[in-house]
Amino acid sequence: MSDVVLHLLTIVGVLAAALTIAAGLIWGERRLLALWQDRYGPNRVGPFGLLQVVADIIKIFTKEDWIPPFADRAVFVLAPGIVFAAGLMVFAILPVTPGIAVVRLNVGVLYFLAISSLGAYGVVLAGWSSSSKYSLLGGMRAAAQVLTYEVFMGLSLMGVVMIAGSFDLGRIVEAQKNLWFCVPQFFGLLVFFMAGLAEAHRSPFDLPESDSELVAGYHSEYSGMKFGMFFVGEYLSITVISALIATLFFGGWLGPVLPPVVWFMLKTFVFIGGFILMRATLPRPRYDQLMALGWKLLLPLTLLNLLITGAIVLAAR
Amino acid sequence: MAVIYIDNRPYTVKDGQNLLQACLGLGFDVPYFCWHPALGSVGACRQCAVKQFKDEHDTRGKIVMSCMTPAADGVRISIDDPEVREFRASVIEWMMINHPHDCPVCDEGGECHLQDMTVMTGHVHREYNFPKRTFRNQNLGPLVNHEMNRCIHCYRCVRFYRQYAGGRDFDALAAHDHVYFGRSEDGVLENEFSGNLVEVCPTGVFTDKTLKRHYSRKWDLQTAPSICVHCGLGCNTIAGSRYGQLRRIRNRYNGEVNGYFLCDRGRYGYEFVTGDSRIEQPLARPERSAALERVARGEALQRAASFLRDRGRVIGIGSPRASLEANYALRRLVGPDRFYLGVSTEDYRMTAAALKILQAGPARSPSLKEVRMADAALVLGEDVTNTAPVLALALRQLVHPKADAAAKTFDLPSWSDAAIRELVQDEKESLFLATPAHTKLEDAACQTYHAAPDNLARLGFAVAHRIDPASPAVPDLAEEVDRLAEEIAAALVSAKRPLIVSGTGCCSEAMLQAAANVAWALCRRGNPALLSLVLPEANSIGLGLMGGGDLQSAFQALREERADTVVVLENDLYRRESAAAVDAALQLAKHVILIDHTRHAMAEKADLILPAATFAEESGTLVNSEGRAQRYYQVLLPKASVQPSWRWLGLLNEPASGTADEELFKLDGILADIAGELPQFRPILEIAPPSGFRMMGQKVPRQSPRSSGRTAIDAKENVSEPKPPEDPDSPLAFSMEGDEGLPPPALIPRFWAPGWNSDQAVNKFQAEIGGALRSGDPGKRLIEPQVGAQPDFFQTVPTVFEPHDGRLLLVPLYHIFGSEPLSALSRGIAELTSGRYVALHPADAAAQKIAEGDTVQLELDGISLELPVKIAASLPPGVAGLPSGLPGMEHVALPSWCTVTTILQTPPLAPPQNGEGVGGGVGAQS
Amino acid sequence: MLSILKGIWVILSHTFRRRVTVQYPDVQPIMPPRYRGRIVLTRDPSGAERCVACYLCSAVCPVECIALQAAEDEHGRRYPEFFRINFSRCIFCGFCEDACPTYAIQLTPDFEMGEYVRQNLVYEKEHLLISGPGKYPGYDFYRMAGVAIGGKDKGEAENEEPPVDVRSLMP
Repeated sequence: MSDVVLHLLTIVGVLAAALTIAAGLIWGERRLLALWQDRYGPNRVGPFGLLQVVADIIKIFTKEDWIPPFADRAVFVLAPGIVFAAGLMVFAILPVTPGIAVVRLNVGVLYFLAISSLGAYGVVLAGWSSSSKYSLLGGMRAAAQVLTYEVFMGLSLMGVVMIAGSFDLGRIVEAQKNLWFCVPQFFGLLVFFMAGLAEAHRSPFDLPESDSELVAGYHSEYSGMKFGMFFVGEYLSITVISALIATLFFGGWLGPVLPPVVWFMLKTFVFIGGFILMRATLPRPRYDQLMALGWKLLLPLTLLNLLITGAIVLAAR
Repeated sequence: MAVIYIDNRPYTVKDGQNLLQACLGLGFDVPYFCWHPALGSVGACRQCAVKQFKDEHDTRGKIVMSCMTPAADGVRISIDDPEVREFRASVIEWMMINHPHDCPVCDEGGECHLQDMTVMTGHVHREYNFPKRTFRNQNLGPLVNHEMNRCIHCYRCVRFYRQYAGGRDFDALAAHDHVYFGRSEDGVLENEFSGNLVEVCPTGVFTDKTLKRHYSRKWDLQTAPSICVHCGLGCNTIAGSRYGQLRRIRNRYNGEVNGYFLCDRGRYGYEFVTGDSRIEQPLARPERSAALERVARGEALQRAASFLRDRGRVIGIGSPRASLEANYALRRLVGPDRFYLGVSTEDYRMTAAALKILQAGPARSPSLKEVRMADAALVLGEDVTNTAPVLALALRQLVHPKADAAAKTFDLPSWSDAAIRELVQDEKESLFLATPAHTKLEDAACQTYHAAPDNLARLGFAVAHRIDPASPAVPDLAEEVDRLAEEIAAALVSAKRPLIVSGTGCCSEAMLQAAANVAWALCRRGNPALLSLVLPEANSIGLGLMGGGDLQSAFQALREERADTVVVLENDLYRRESAAAVDAALQLAKHVILIDHTRHAMAEKADLILPAATFAEESGTLVNSEGRAQRYYQVLLPKASVQPSWRWLGLLNEPASGTADEELFKLDGILADIAGELPQFRPILEIAPPSGFRMMGQKVPRQSPRSSGRTAIDAKENVSEPKPPEDPDSPLAFSMEGDEGLPPPALIPRFWAPGWNSDQAVNKFQAEIGGALRSGDPGKRLIEPQVGAQPDFFQTVPTVFEPHDGRLLLVPLYHIFGSEPLSALSRGIAELTSGRYVALHPADAAAQKIAEGDTVQLELDGISLELPVKIAASLPPGVAGLPSGLPGMEHVALPSWCTVTTILQTPPLAPPQNGEGVGGGVGAQS
Repeated sequence: MLSILKGIWVILSHTFRRRVTVQYPDVQPIMPPRYRGRIVLTRDPSGAERCVACYLCSAVCPVECIALQAAEDEHGRRYPEFFRINFSRCIFCGFCEDACPTYAIQLTPDFEMGEYVRQNLVYEKEHLLISGPGKYPGYDFYRMAGVAIGGKDKGEAENEEPPVDVRSLMP
């Protein structure tokens, strides 16, 4: 009985933490970007502007939620839900500490890859159902981009899996007791980070929304809370990818002195910061450059990485 | 066709042009000042310089003035040559030396030819730092403003005023760099075309004084193509409005009609639209004796519906100053047999006679362009300067036989103005005037004849008999009249394009018949004679073609109790019939509904007044005295309940028929209905594109792309600007949005082209400079002659006029300012309107010891009038002149016999009434 | 690749830079004198209205938020009968000031024009007209122009000769 209660508490806790972090990022991203641009960012509502999050939430809930008359209603409503849900579902497998995880799947990595591809559906459907040329273009781009980078993302993780000998994220963390995988799998980390940017369609790889050419891409026609779900869904993806980088390459909860939860959170926040730093620094490439980068650089790189890792693992056996 | 080379490219141009004309016609921008397509070339300003080369090997070339160089076959020129560009820029710089820094306060700014040319030549910086020359201005009357500092001495004004329009009181004065364009002293410009100085002057020396009171820049004016309503010629105008108010009238070039010029009545008569006497609200009186009070639109319609319940007892009285659409809508409301034209019996008879002569005879009614091209003319009984002023201007331009011959003998091109004038000297053109009294056209005529109307008609019959003996001979003809007839006949027969002008001015049918006989006699001889008949009002011919009874038969219907309700359309019946007759008739009517835009005597008799739109607030069609149907367009939105008469009449018709035909509330619908019902009007569908016409999917904008203040004009009332109003009647839009391409000629809302902000931009709208507009001049003729027909000559020759014992024949005299009621309400025109008077021959006056300025009593047909006397030596003895239609004058059916008795003798040298020497009539003789 | 890393480093280094934001309204900014804020109509050195109602400002205004009507006093001096700027449309581009031939219309550094009611953003002449010459103290258009106005006859402007005597034939 207490097992069930504990389990439920874990679920609620992870869910609450994920949503809080995602919502907090609304404020956090703006503050960080401002910091790097020598500005203040939101600093008027509450201490350090923290209550800006509350203001934004109130605003987004009370805004007119407009469904264009030319949209495919059912799909239009469903799409942001898919994005949002797919973002949340990955949190289930994250091993926050040896004890805290919603579920310990022995195919955790595969599960993550599967669910994150599901998120692409939301974006494609949103673009399609809006019946607007900008949205459709955004949706198409999202589909192609996510499919492409899915490949490298999967491949880049295989090195980690090979060394750890398991798909279970907990086991992978434990395998890093002596050496974090960021060292032997440096190229894997690099590719995974870039693929993560593309998966979350974060700038510089935010071509599906690229506001300067497609207005707002697949969510041009969205407003109110439906737009809010896309918005928060994006922050959820950032959080998930950051947490996974911490888990897969930087030893997850492992670390001296401080308790494991703190280590895990700390690492995750650093990588979230990294994501925002990328946005603050890099301009958006052209669409063909994005695809070329994927197929011409990242694919050979991952394959090479895989080959060498495989060879070393074989040799070490 | 000649091939000329401009900057080494060959172009084909028409023969007989000068290089400037040719270049402008080809679309090149060559700057110019003194040249004007209607005034010809004098080569005074040196601005249109181009470089001419001997042949393709000549690289040096020489600078020539393009306006003075024929565009002969093989001519090679360069417009772009650096040396000639610099030459043109220097000329402008030199002209600008004394030009003041006035543009911001100058009314010409924004449509200034000098500004355009300065920009075109690239002179952008003044290096002259020395004192500027200044002049004092003159007060030239209420119409034209004078600011002499701005003059660049191109001489266009004097050339137009003296040579083209025949004015004498304005000239180039003083010498060397003090040359001053003005009068010898302050005073009103006497010529009735003085307003054209505003358009002729390339800069702001002459500007529109009436516009100055409510000034707006050209780019801010909401403009639409319009038609002048102040006489029967139908000159094309551009009406401009701003802030919902009519601001000015400008000339709209129509090669077939008015060309480049308007008369002052047409240009300045517009202010009645915004005058105090406008009717802006429906007015009704609860009962006959009560006063008029304002009622709401709905209530007015309800009352009208109750008045019109018994449709069989309603008669409609139309008006020759209302549009074809309005008259037709009235005719539809009351039925064709209860529709009356609203003109006096005499006018009715005269119009019918004129129409019959033009439709059944072989003589063509000429357009004004054809008048300008004629080479001999006889004016019979009509004071055209005052009844159809632009026709008088056209008659001044008759081709001089000597000029024609000179073109062949000396190889002088027709545009070489100075050379031809030098050749012609003071010789008069073949213009013969036969009028009851002095007219202002006389200085241009080679022979003048003043006589009583019957004697004038006799002269006409005599001329016809001289030309073709088959026409009736005139018995008891005085010898000198016979000699004159012979001379006129000889001139007309030898002319290639002879022209006869007559009209309804003398109210003499015999006169029209005499004119017809002359024209037909010429036609029989194979001379293609033109017969121009002047009709008094803007839509006289249109109404005549529509058909209906005269005013007396309408009164008859009331007297015979066939009707008890009268709908009067835009008509002051007190100007048509005697007050007694109108009063008696209206007394019999149970209900009188008046639809009009301006208050007049009829308002006192109406039970219900519906506010109609003026020409500026509605779109419609008018038929001019040539028989040309022309469309005019709404230029501004009327005040709340004002709407076009035809729309009011459509609304009145609605409850009875029960079937609301939406289309009939739109102009296109009513036009289609007219064309379907009355086949003679079928061409009116083609005079302008229908309301559905679009250019590149857009309407033609009434506002220029630079129109300003859209988001501020109405902001005082409401900061959210309203949607621009829609116009269901025309392809013109009340906004600046729309296609900026070249609209069809009937829809040209303004003349503007890139780099050409002044009216000279008309060059870009013409297929050939000074010729027709691109895609043809607008308007469609509704009447055509029976070519080759040989109708019987009119046989009734009037007997010699003899004064009755002690009684004088009273004939109407016309005044350009005052005889037309609407323009007389305009401020500028009102100032120039002559006072009431009666004109007497000195002998008649002496017989009764009457002196100038005495007040006399006129007795005629039970009417007695007290009027001051003017002595007019030009009147024939036994004939007295009464000014027609002056404000405050009672209607008198003329001509009629009267007796004169002195009631008040004034001491000698009493100052004459105001306005003497201007309006025309006999008062203007010098 | 190196440039990307360099870029990241530069951005990161900004973490420790001073922030440039001025904390308005806690701190009032000092606007440069040619800042384009609230529009005023100025007067010439003699205290008369400078505006001659030439319509150039309204013509050049890209949002068409200026409307006026010209009038003339009995001595020939032009002035605007009404002059209206709809500041709810104004984009403070300053074209009107550029176009003004008399230095009458000027933009000032005052930008605090917020209103709760949009209608209050419509300024009439009495709201726009100030009592001084603004940025250009000495200029008087009518001293340069050729027209005569009250107090300045023909030939009395700068660089003008006295009026020509038309009746003289002397060279």
